[in-house]
Amino acid sequence: MAFQNYRWGTAGIGGMFGLSMTITLFFPSFDFRSAESTWVGLDKSMSNGRTIGFSYEDPTVTGQGKPLTVILNKDPKTGATIDPPVRAYVYRPGTPFASPLNHPDNLGPTVKRLSIDKGKIDQAVKAQGAVFTINHADVNGEEWAYAENASVTRGWTVDAALSTAGDANTKYVGRGKSIYIHEGCWWCHTLLPEHTQDWQVFGTPPYLGDFNGEMPTAFGSDRKAPDILHVASRNSSREWMMMHFFNPRLVQPNSIMPRFDYLWGRVDVNGNPIDFSTWRKEYTAYRKGERPYPPEVPEYARNAEIRALIDWVLTSLK
Amino acid sequence: MLFKYLFAKNEDIPAGSATIFFGFSSILWFIVGTGLGSFNAAKLAFPDFVTGVEMFAFGHMRQVHVLAVILGWISMAFAMTMMYMTPALGNTKLWSEKLGLWTAFLWNVGLGTGLTLLWCGITSGREYSDLIWPVDLVVIFGVLLPLGINVWMTIAQRRTQGIYITNWFFGACIFMLITTFLVGNSPELFNLTGLTEAYLTFWFAHNVLGLWITPVAAGIAYYVLPKLTGNPLYSHRIGHLHFWSIIAFYSTPASHHLLSAPLPEWLKSFASVEGVLILIPAVAFVANILLTMKGRWSMFVENVETKFTITGVLLAIPLNMQGGFQQTRAINWYIHGTGWIVAHAHLALLGMSSFLEVAAVYFGLQQMMRRKLYSLALANVHYWFFIIGFCTYWISMTIAGLIQGAGKIYEVPYIDVVIAEHPYMIARWVGGTMVFTGNMIWLYNMYMTAREGTLVPKGRYAHELAYER
Ligand code: HEC
Ligand code: HEM
Repeated sequence: MAFQNYRWGTAGIGGMFGLSMTITLFFPSFDFRSAESTWVGLDKSMSNGRTIGFSYEDPTVTGQGKPLTVILNKDPKTGATIDPPVRAYVYRPGTPFASPLNHPDNLGPTVKRLSIDKGKIDQAVKAQGAVFTINHADVNGEEWAYAENASVTRGWTVDAALSTAGDANTKYVGRGKSIYIHEGCWWCHTLLPEHTQDWQVFGTPPYLGDFNGEMPTAFGSDRKAPDILHVASRNSSREWMMMHFFNPRLVQPNSIMPRFDYLWGRVDVNGNPIDFSTWRKEYTAYRKGERPYPPEVPEYARNAEIRALIDWVLTSLK
Repeated sequence: MLFKYLFAKNEDIPAGSATIFFGFSSILWFIVGTGLGSFNAAKLAFPDFVTGVEMFAFGHMRQVHVLAVILGWISMAFAMTMMYMTPALGNTKLWSEKLGLWTAFLWNVGLGTGLTLLWCGITSGREYSDLIWPVDLVVIFGVLLPLGINVWMTIAQRRTQGIYITNWFFGACIFMLITTFLVGNSPELFNLTGLTEAYLTFWFAHNVLGLWITPVAAGIAYYVLPKLTGNPLYSHRIGHLHFWSIIAFYSTPASHHLLSAPLPEWLKSFASVEGVLILIPAVAFVANILLTMKGRWSMFVENVETKFTITGVLLAIPLNMQGGFQQTRAINWYIHGTGWIVAHAHLALLGMSSFLEVAAVYFGLQQMMRRKLYSLALANVHYWFFIIGFCTYWISMTIAGLIQGAGKIYEVPYIDVVIAEHPYMIARWVGGTMVFTGNMIWLYNMYMTAREGTLVPKGRYAHELAYER
């Protein structure tokens, strides 16, 4: 029997597996490399920072070392009104840059050229921090989005950008995405409306360039709950989100979503301790019909994890 | 009890120690894994069951269940079978019993650490490769590579001329698994992003399932069944058709998991076609094993290891029929991301694969401890709990998946789907809990076997002896 000759056998295994890896890994890598980043891709990767998930800067996956997304309606340098408001991504000194800012190849050939020639992203220095934004340019009659280092092109400094935006317009998007991963929301929700259906309710499926620079993509494989890629365009109410996360059964009696009340932390917005056990007792009484109303959901503290999560849902999932 | 051998001289360690260490570890992980599964199932049926505690939130527990059963139960059972089948098939001794013991020890410690971290939410956020990269490196270099070296060296040292099909599977699959781990985790090591990362995640997931869990399980059946029945394997040529077509076809269709993501169209079409070709190894395997049973079908009823093995092989039929066709675009759009897939995953892992491994662990532990199974009755109870529990799980989740699929294409409000699925979620929980209960009975049975099982005389097989109880 020819196959009993193990030298041929081992060579055969190596060869076949090598061929299979060539077809399934090497060939597609050309397609992946030529994907041009869209506005969505730029927005996601710049607000997520270098990587979500375990990393040097964030070993506990709780959102340390992430940039801040700010909504600016005034120019931080000149004070001139900006209408409509723009998003900017504030990297405080030492915050690791998003992967496409370090490796512009991840943006795709055209966007890379624009981001370096016009956007000057190669001039940003991690130790000094930088403010990035997304701009648009015309290439052969088509509109392209590219990343811009606003610290160089417009003189926006980190401090000026943060103080212009103020707390209300500072969104902890990167930290919120970390919590999405940390809490395993993606075991129930997907971030991927499908091509074949889903358009009416869940919205447009993502485009090819929507993922450039995102890590991990975590769009989920298993749906036990609505797709939330565009949830903020269906429902943008912060109060609804608050009640829903504290106890989904407050707004949707048949929901199987877990309660995420522990993301509120120990204290509420005024620094008073949150009394979860009393809240639960009152809630049980309400479910039994002994109370006409459910108890109030506490207002979360400014730096609570739930704030970052809701910021991410309402800012990023449009 | 086996820890004392970790620092003994290799020659002083009794043959079979590594098998026994791996065997009992795998049963323990099986109990942990199915226990977590049943806990998760309870949470999906009754969301306010143990609520508001971060550590017991569904999103923290689900991946721990999946990896505990895949890397703890299934893979350790594989290692256990390798520790006794590879030498037996080469008519030799295990290359290093001590390395085997250390592998088992490190595996338990590494997996325990990795899963604890995952449980705390410290994850890479990538499905199936959720373990963070330092733990991945421990798995690759502390566990898989030593296991591979032990198996490859034992094969090289064999005192038979040819290499039996089981050993081809073992040797090749460990090699491909190590490669898959290295390549599949490269996004974490080198911060690869975007679609590359998404694709590599599922390339990893697909290959772990297709180049490790199903083929090694099949390789095990190729050993266990001829041993039990005394019939030679029906056809070595068909066995090799199976082996080579696994390597050629099973390693390519990774992107059929991502048919709705914006991957290159050629890649998706290629994957769908290659995916259907998976039916070749599947049919070869099932036919080969069932024909080996010729004249021995009474053992399906009488002998509990045969019962497990044949059940596993019969479950491979619906498994591969589903697998081959559900990944074509014509069908995938309906069932993608629904409970159907969960049912299919459990058909592969809890059905086909686990049944084959349970048989091999029963067989190998008796063989290596030289003790006859303590109680046939308990083993049969285990079997029936397992099969009824599994079928309940599978059928209820398949129905739930079809409901979800219909809800998806008609775009009904999602909450109505959640309500409609509720009874099936309860059924799944009941079924899963039966499997879990059966496993505890199994552990007790194996523990009593180690202590009180009838001694098996040299040169005999445990299954040849009559039961005393
Ligand atoms: C056990 C599964 C499960 C987990 C885990 C889960 N959810 Fe949900 N979620 C649901 C279900 C079911 C619904 C639909 C019913 C409802 O509105 O509560 C839902 C609804 C939602 C909605 C409203 C969707 C819409 O279309 O209106 C949002 C937003 C949401 N979840 C966000 C999250 C976030 C963020 C997390 C993680 C912190 C999370 N979910 C974790 C099951 C889950
Ligand atoms: C050896 C036995 C088992 C193996 C190998 C196994 C494997 C898996 C895998 C691979 C998944 C992921 C499925 C997917 O994403 O498509 C999963 C999910 C799950 N398993 Fe298991 N499982 C086993 C036993 C059980 C048992 C006994 C239960 C108890 C009910 C159970 C309950 C679950 C639940 C609830 C999920 C989550 C499903 C979902 O996300 O909808 N599993 N398991």
